[in-house]
Amino acid sequence: MKTDNFQSPDYYNIDDLLSDEHKLIRNTVRDWVKKEVTPIIEDYAQKAEYPQELNKGIAELGGFGPYIPEEYGGAGLDQISYGLIMQELERGDSGIRSAASVQSSLVMFPIYQYGNEEQRKKYLPKLASGEFVGSFGLTEPDHGSNPSGMITNFKDQGDHYLLNGAKMWITNAPICDVAVVWAKNEEGRIHGLVVERGMEGFTTPETHGKWSLRASRTGELVFDNVKVPKENLLEGKSGLGAPLSCLDSARYGIAWGAIGAAMDCYDSALRYSKERIQFEQPIASFQLVQKKLAEMITEITKAQLLALRLGQLKNEGKATSQQISMAKRNNVKMALDIAREARQIHGGMGITGEYSIMRHMMNLESVITYEGTHDIHLLITGLDVTGINAFK
Amino acid sequence: MNILVCISKVPDTTAKIAFTDGDTKFDTNGVQFIVNPYDEWYALVRALEIKEAAGGKVTVINVGTADNDPTIRKALAIGADDAVRINMDPKDAMTTAKQITDYAKDKGFDMILCGKETIDYNGSQVAGMIAALLEQPYISYASKLDMNGNSATIERDIQGGKEVIEVQAPFVLSAAKGMAEARIPNMRGIMAARTKPLEVVEPSESADATEIVKFELPAAKGDCKYIDAENAGELLELLRNEAKVL
Repeated sequence: MKTDNFQSPDYYNIDDLLSDEHKLIRNTVRDWVKKEVTPIIEDYAQKAEYPQELNKGIAELGGFGPYIPEEYGGAGLDQISYGLIMQELERGDSGIRSAASVQSSLVMFPIYQYGNEEQRKKYLPKLASGEFVGSFGLTEPDHGSNPSGMITNFKDQGDHYLLNGAKMWITNAPICDVAVVWAKNEEGRIHGLVVERGMEGFTTPETHGKWSLRASRTGELVFDNVKVPKENLLEGKSGLGAPLSCLDSARYGIAWGAIGAAMDCYDSALRYSKERIQFEQPIASFQLVQKKLAEMITEITKAQLLALRLGQLKNEGKATSQQISMAKRNNVKMALDIAREARQIHGGMGITGEYSIMRHMMNLESVITYEGTHDIHLLITGLDVTGINAFK
Repeated sequence: MNILVCISKVPDTTAKIAFTDGDTKFDTNGVQFIVNPYDEWYALVRALEIKEAAGGKVTVINVGTADNDPTIRKALAIGADDAVRINMDPKDAMTTAKQITDYAKDKGFDMILCGKETIDYNGSQVAGMIAALLEQPYISYASKLDMNGNSATIERDIQGGKEVIEVQAPFVLSAAKGMAEARIPNMRGIMAARTKPLEVVEPSESADATEIVKFELPAAKGDCKYIDAENAGELLELLRNEAKVL
């Protein structure tokens, strides 16, 4: 069994800016990851399986819907707590964090925010406890960065809606019990529907052969004349803004999560470079290795401050989509760059499953693409500062 | 069963150890503190298991200043029902033991559990002193504790084997590895800990009987020398003339 010697870098004493409860929550999730995730995650990633038995533990940690109120089974925590939980889960593996992100921000959040009281009571407690696995269907085979072009649609059939179309690259699709699906009505307006496993015509084929997020299940949501009861429509909001608001919440969690992956790579690289002897001295004594390590800790520290400030803005209800977009883009790219540099410091060992580096690196190739690609996030900032839309 | 568990705040095992004030004080700068693992993993968790099986209440007690409150909240998050903090900064084991005894003596606890030692000063003294001051039986280094009514069956690890002891409550025990499996708090526990009672009690009169004159770090580890397996002569030479152990 692997020992997890992770020590979290805190170069700017950012801990002093956290409450005692924040630190207790973070350390609790960190301890849990060391005990439950580290010993098994490499095997699951190698086998390309999701360790679904961890769901109960994630639920008990409050990882499913941390900021959803307690009356619906959530933990009622603030946004910084949510961020810290995502950071620690992704320190273990991006696939574990993805499962918690999707369940929290893409399934529970829209049901809480846009669902009615009956829908909240029906779904949220089961999603919070991990009894239900949820998925979120927005991206389609031909509509990724351009979700407004989606072709998935539903028609009003009097006593039900008839749903047709297909969603792709959907985390948890093969194992989901419920899916929050975004589809156009007959007027071309986007609405959210809760589709349940077992509804006739609803299938979830798995996407095989991924080199990234291997310890996470990905698949399609296919709707072939699925009869969706009318009470499953999320009535609170329609239009593209509804799913995008969910993505804001998930992207915020990713901005924190990426720090976890980066910290794990940095910590491992720092330790390895002090232990690995070449030319009769630790490789940490070479300038080029020190350059890498110095740049890593600098970028991690900047990302930590960015995430924390964004968390404060989220807590005050002031964080804009554009601010969230910047943090997601910056922090994921930071983590990916650090993973690549850390891989080099680890030499040949860096490509093996003995170390978490290559797994993080490959995972981050998905993270930099999903929930808004790196380039699209650049254009969001570009649009925000120039007022000129460069998307099309 | 009403159980009192004594908890200490100690530096995290990864903390860098340094001293200030002419090497008379531990330098807490940048150090993260945790609940002493023997107190948390073994004494507290076993107390909770006994309470869960037989009912009752688990109270945690700490002698320390308000800086210790986050540590105490963690014990509450893990499941203790309430907490007491004796508001002083104790300098030695006798002071700590006397304060805990003064608090506990008229509360009728069925047992008082401590960790076998703290991982900072490693004194292993407080539990024995509490037992002596309360005139109760003391079982040290216990690795198993089973209750049957008021009667406890306790296993102790001894040199080369085990000792099995029976004792009637009330008693004082120090817990060693094996007594329970560490618990990670869940989010409900953390949230519940917000509102669980943490009573701050002013200390009874006591004076420290000992004084720390100086701390010293262990000597730095020497470099490791590798000698070819074929070259036993060089090894003997180094052992004789450099290490001077032969």
